[in-house]
Amino acid sequence: MGLKKPKIKSIKYEEFQDNESLEKMAAELNANGVNVILGAVDDVINWGRANSPWSLTFATSCCGIEFMAIGAARYDMARFGFEVTRPSPRQADLIMVCGTITHRMAPVLKRLYDQMAEPKYVVAVGGCAVGGGPFTKSYHVVQGVDKIIPVDVYLPGCPPRPEAFLYSMMQLQRKIKLQKFLGGVNRKEKKQK
Amino acid sequence: MDLKKRILEIAPETQFVEQGDIKAIVPSSSFYALAKKLKEDEDTSFDFLLSLTGMDFGDSLGVIYHLESTKYGHTCVLQTSTTNRENPELYSVCDLWKTANFNEREVYDFFGIRFINHPDMRRLFLRDEWNGYPFRKDYDMESNPLNMTNEVTEDKTTELTIDAEGKVIEKENTLFDDKEYVINIGPQHPSTHGVLRFRTSLQGEIIKKIEPYCGYIHRGIEKMNESLTYPQTLALTDRLDYLSAHQNRHALCMLIEKALGVEIPERVQYIRTIMDELQRIDSHILFYSCLAMDMGAITPFTYGFRDREMILDIFEQTTGGRLIQNYNVIGGVQADIHPDFVNSVKKFIPYFRNILKEYHDIFTGNVIVHQRLKGVGVLSKEDAISFGTTGGTGRASGWACDTRKRKPYAMYDKVDFKEIVYTEGDSFARYMVRMDEMLESMKIIEQLIDNIPEGAYQVKMKPIIKVPEGSYFTSVESSRGEFGVFLESKGDKYPYRLKYRSTGLPLVAAVDTITKGGKIADLIAIGGTLDYVIPDIDR
Repeated sequence: MGLKKPKIKSIKYEEFQDNESLEKMAAELNANGVNVILGAVDDVINWGRANSPWSLTFATSCCGIEFMAIGAARYDMARFGFEVTRPSPRQADLIMVCGTITHRMAPVLKRLYDQMAEPKYVVAVGGCAVGGGPFTKSYHVVQGVDKIIPVDVYLPGCPPRPEAFLYSMMQLQRKIKLQKFLGGVNRKEKKQK
Repeated sequence: MDLKKRILEIAPETQFVEQGDIKAIVPSSSFYALAKKLKEDEDTSFDFLLSLTGMDFGDSLGVIYHLESTKYGHTCVLQTSTTNRENPELYSVCDLWKTANFNEREVYDFFGIRFINHPDMRRLFLRDEWNGYPFRKDYDMESNPLNMTNEVTEDKTTELTIDAEGKVIEKENTLFDDKEYVINIGPQHPSTHGVLRFRTSLQGEIIKKIEPYCGYIHRGIEKMNESLTYPQTLALTDRLDYLSAHQNRHALCMLIEKALGVEIPERVQYIRTIMDELQRIDSHILFYSCLAMDMGAITPFTYGFRDREMILDIFEQTTGGRLIQNYNVIGGVQADIHPDFVNSVKKFIPYFRNILKEYHDIFTGNVIVHQRLKGVGVLSKEDAISFGTTGGTGRASGWACDTRKRKPYAMYDKVDFKEIVYTEGDSFARYMVRMDEMLESMKIIEQLIDNIPEGAYQVKMKPIIKVPEGSYFTSVESSRGEFGVFLESKGDKYPYRLKYRSTGLPLVAAVDTITKGGKIADLIAIGGTLDYVIPDIDR
């Protein structure tokens, strides 16, 4: 049996970028086989989870304005089920890191991430969050949030267009649809010394 | 009145340098007395400290002050310095101008200059345990690796004073004592409009004191500029205050053009002015949407963003960018306007004029809005000038501080528009200033849009731009106040020091004064009407 391909309503599987890493992730997760019953229950749960990721209202700079724009009527992320944003990390499933993370902000971001309940996801939005962006030479900017917290989807741009925001969320949906909610470990965090 | 003579009378050792703008170099021992006289004397009355810039001259560390008189409109530039690099100390002017409080903390943070008689000598942007002072020329960029430990907030601060024998001694001041009830708002809070942090001391629900903490988005743009060529520095201005992207870049381009003596074609001036005003409308719509959202009204938010998208479409058509456009370049603009530009602007203006009435219907007239904004968070005119809160906040307090009127640039002296001034100084006045300004911006655009002259959209510049030696200052009216750029050039292709006068820093400095004695629930509405953008504060 081949690997299952997550289905997104409006875009075909083949038209997505970077299918290889998704397939690689799925192959690793399913290396020991899938329990027939749990796998079926997982699919149902994941269908629900993928269509309602609640994001934390977290924005440090420019990308935050574009994030507000996708919340408004023209781009309307409610079409995909993302419209609920939560100011409290304890109620959020996902954190969209919109903007530059500086040295002073880094411990705060880590703390916010730690306060979120599992399963949790991170989208690095914009050049700054992906790898420092135009501020790579600065003495006070973290060169990419993946130095602090694990990132699920990278979204380049300065700032990314609202369409790109939606695309990154769909990529995240595909990832959620493949993961195991019951009877499996999706991600192992390193033990702290 | 001859200012030069006047300054020499008070401080005879002063020297004048005429490279770029005229600068008076004052010895540090007589500086405070001079500043006090210049501020308090009736015929000079320099009551507005426009900008305070730290400098590393190589052999000495110093500060440059840009003073302005709101009464007479004259300006002067003072410079003072100390050669002691180990333990630099200068006299503070924060009792003369309230805005100096935060600015001097910034200078201490970046250059390590300690100010005598400053009540609160702490770092402003960086962490307390930061090693060294990043803006010094000998600072090692690798000396501060990422520190992931949580920050400890100190309740104590130090002050330097002079004792009876004339020696400098350290004194400890208390910010919050043990019995005070202090709550923490931010940095992750949706209504601080970014990553700003307030420590608020409460008595019941009355605010006793607010201590703002900045630096959560301090990106070191000014320091980075010192290793970038002039055309490269332009790219970072858009990212300061992203809701005034055009105006910020306009200021820097104007400064470099002024320093080089380049004549700008009229077509460019028209395009820049129209773009600036479109940007202002865009920013004020966002202000309206976010204020409403902060106060719990959702519909105005969707209204505002619907109409804002129309402006973004116009921007995108010509510049290719929505939020950050990178449009102005030294000597002109990046590309000519789109053939449809005039049409789409002309379509937008009557539409928006109509829809603005709807904005007022749904929000301005609402009784809840009146009760939450009227008489709340009053800032007096004297305080506004002392803090240097330019822009809508200053104009709401009765201070006619519009740079477009005071120091006209581009096409602003040729168009007819009214400067909106309210005298109440409360949150409602701050709100109304911005709502009325949108009408004025539309008026400006309407006067220009039909007459854009033919011609070149760019002057051909040399591939390597070198600004002649000297110091220069230019300011524009950005969406939320006077945005100034100060440049110290040594004749290289890199700037020696480039400093931006932040429009938001005075606003944050004034928050404590505005909110004192008010209710904690009003803090959100006051913050909303002050309309600061955090990356512009932290730079």
